[in-house]
Amino acid sequence: MNAQDLHQISLTVNGQQHGVSVPARRMLVDLLRYDLGLTGTKEACSVGVCGACTVLMDGHIVAACLTLAVQADGAEITTIEGTGTPENLSPLQQAFIDCGGFQCGICTPGQIVAATALLAENAKPTEDEIKEWLMGNLCRCTGYYQIIESVQKASGQL
Amino acid sequence: MRDFYFHSPATLDDALTILDEHQDDGRPMAGGTALIVLMKQSLVDADHIISLGRVPGLDSIRQEADGLHIGGLTRHRDVETSALVKQHAPLLADVYSSVATIRIRNVATVGGGIAHADPAQDPPPGLIALDATVKLVSKDGERTLPITDVFQDYYETAIQPNELLSEVIIPALPASAKTAYLKFLPRTADDYATVAVAARGEVENGNVRNLRVALAAAASTPVHATAVEQALEGQQATADNIRRAAEAVADEVDPLDDFRGSADYKRDMAVVFTRRALERILL
Repeated sequence: MNAQDLHQISLTVNGQQHGVSVPARRMLVDLLRYDLGLTGTKEACSVGVCGACTVLMDGHIVAACLTLAVQADGAEITTIEGTGTPENLSPLQQAFIDCGGFQCGICTPGQIVAATALLAENAKPTEDEIKEWLMGNLCRCTGYYQIIESVQKASGQL
Repeated sequence: MRDFYFHSPATLDDALTILDEHQDDGRPMAGGTALIVLMKQSLVDADHIISLGRVPGLDSIRQEADGLHIGGLTRHRDVETSALVKQHAPLLADVYSSVATIRIRNVATVGGGIAHADPAQDPPPGLIALDATVKLVSKDGERTLPITDVFQDYYETAIQPNELLSEVIIPALPASAKTAYLKFLPRTADDYATVAVAARGEVENGNVRNLRVALAAAASTPVHATAVEQALEGQQATADNIRRAAEAVADEVDPLDDFRGSADYKRDMAVVFTRRALERILL
């Protein structure tokens, strides 16, 4: 046994099963972006603070930059690519377009994945609940008002 | 991050055996939200990471005769949303819901947080105020420690390299007890506290009983403010007495200068927030 040994893991990403060999130090965000080519998930702060790398792991939002790929062995992962397609946008994706919920777009995948989990748990969140839930998803462009409006619109409250 | 051996035992016994084998060269990992940051920064360089992700049976919240039992692998989010916790120890729901963001609380565990022992964390003052004890298990058996004996220095605890924190026990509070957690957050809502205070106490015939006061972000460990407790215990619950007792916290804290404030400012704020927490539960 060697510290550089690869670990064979299997996980489901956006409904599709993958078997991957990874070193123990591979982060989930790198597995998604480099091993699977799913570059929708971004990495910014690398310490779990900014929310750009937010994905769903077994239905819960987690920071893919703080999750080892080996910790996701057997898990079900949903990334931004799994929430909708260019031809068939999710209601949240459409609302972010309609309300101007993004400018540069780097934080947007994390915002939308986090908001997707919010609406799955709470179909009609109040403004305060939206703020509490998305508190960990930083945006340096919008000033947040349009992001909150986007979530309100997607939940039929605007 | 450098390479390491990754162990993923499926039972507690196996986890304890592997921990015992590697001692100082091994680190248990629960959620990993704190440990992985330390590994990325090369502040932890253990060769063996023992993941507890597959270890069953340590993530329940149960009410028993001696109080609330919270498994070491229970996630912060499960504590803050638990109906049992809200009913029997609402202070715990307060402190666990104050940690970072939902994304972190979905992963970070009760045992992992205590073992991480960052003195700015929210839960320890709540655990001290509630007279919590922790159960530690190892290959050699188990032992119980009061939470106040766990924290020894920045990121250092009494938990031995071959031990795991299997459970936290919170004794039942009398119905008349009140609790409060005040977290001073002048920067952002998901920040660590500039200073934070947890308090619990009762007023009986106008007199203060069973007072507990503890602070975070105020020294190299969570601070159990016994001088404040002694200054008020048995005294009349008046605004003047509270003001005087809160001033005693200034000598019990030893904060650092950092970007959240100077040491002098934090000491002043420790007094202010201690007073406010005491007013909240006693007046």
